[in-house]
Amino acid sequence: MAKVLVVTSGKGGVGKTTSTAALGAALAQGGESVVVVDFDVGLRNLDLVMGAERRVVFDLVNVVQGDAKLPQALIRDKRIDTLSLLPASQTRDKDALTAEGVARVVGELREKFDWVLCDSPAGIEKGATLAMRHADAAVIVTNPEVSSVRDSDRIIGLLDSKTEKAENGERIEKHLLLTRYDSARAERGEMLKTEDVLEILSIPLLGIVPESEEVLRASNLGTPITIGNPASAAGRAYRDAARRLKGETVPMIIQSDRKGLLSKLFGRRVA
Amino acid sequence: MRRLLGFFARRGSAPVARERLQILLAHERAASGNSDLLAMLQQEILAVIERHVTVERDKVQIKLERGDPVSTLEVDIEIPTPLVSAAEVRRSANG
Repeated sequence: MAKVLVVTSGKGGVGKTTSTAALGAALAQGGESVVVVDFDVGLRNLDLVMGAERRVVFDLVNVVQGDAKLPQALIRDKRIDTLSLLPASQTRDKDALTAEGVARVVGELREKFDWVLCDSPAGIEKGATLAMRHADAAVIVTNPEVSSVRDSDRIIGLLDSKTEKAENGERIEKHLLLTRYDSARAERGEMLKTEDVLEILSIPLLGIVPESEEVLRASNLGTPITIGNPASAAGRAYRDAARRLKGETVPMIIQSDRKGLLSKLFGRRVA
Repeated sequence: MRRLLGFFARRGSAPVARERLQILLAHERAASGNSDLLAMLQQEILAVIERHVTVERDKVQIKLERGDPVSTLEVDIEIPTPLVSAAEVRRSANG
């Protein structure tokens, strides 16, 4: 039975797309079939982060409107053959998505894949509510920063009221993914700690992804970090989070890229 | 040598990002206005072929690779063997 996950946050720029790509790739590396779906119609970027931007022919809107069949729009990853991408349209707007069309496409994806990861657009408008509509579970990407935590709280409210599960009186599974975490700054009291965020949002923790230069490098190259640099701190954090999604118990460690003296001296990069 | 190459490759991911964006944006800027060009091409190519043979829409795969200076559009149409022409299908349906 397929599991539909929405990766959401309310706030923009917290790492939804990066996290969708990294989690999707990590799940697919374990041999399960995974599709990552870009719901950010008009501002697609998951194709770029997945390194498939040159291969987009048809998109979610074409499939929703019946101009293309689902298999024609799916882009198979060149590195992991159990991983596929359904891109968003770059030229249309969110009104091009209809509730019935999205329901049909998500239904078809459920039949083809073990995991359907929906990358939500920022905000709380139609695009975001359609992305979460049919989800069984939500990954709420949050930065340890006041505005991000507040927006996550708002999104949790929407998940508990606007999703199909909520309307049927069921509970939607919610997971907190804390990204761009800097444990040194949290220790010094300059940044909200994990416990602070957990206490405020009171949903279970899926993982803590440390702030890492490897994340930018991964998006520069169009390679999800769990494929390109699985041994990096962020790569390990995402792989652990993916295992937790599958129901495994993995101890929660804040990963870090420990550097040797040499790489400290020579490894300093501007970006 | 591989390690040496790896070392240099590691230093700069930004040039790769720059090149990817340049190619992508060149295509996107050029495409504004005829965003459904591919959907239109597919429909018309299929219409021409369907005049002669019966094609199942599910057996059509279209692949694209945007590049610089050229892009390739690959249309892969499975035509059933033995070749059944659309005209014959119509005739047998009528008879």
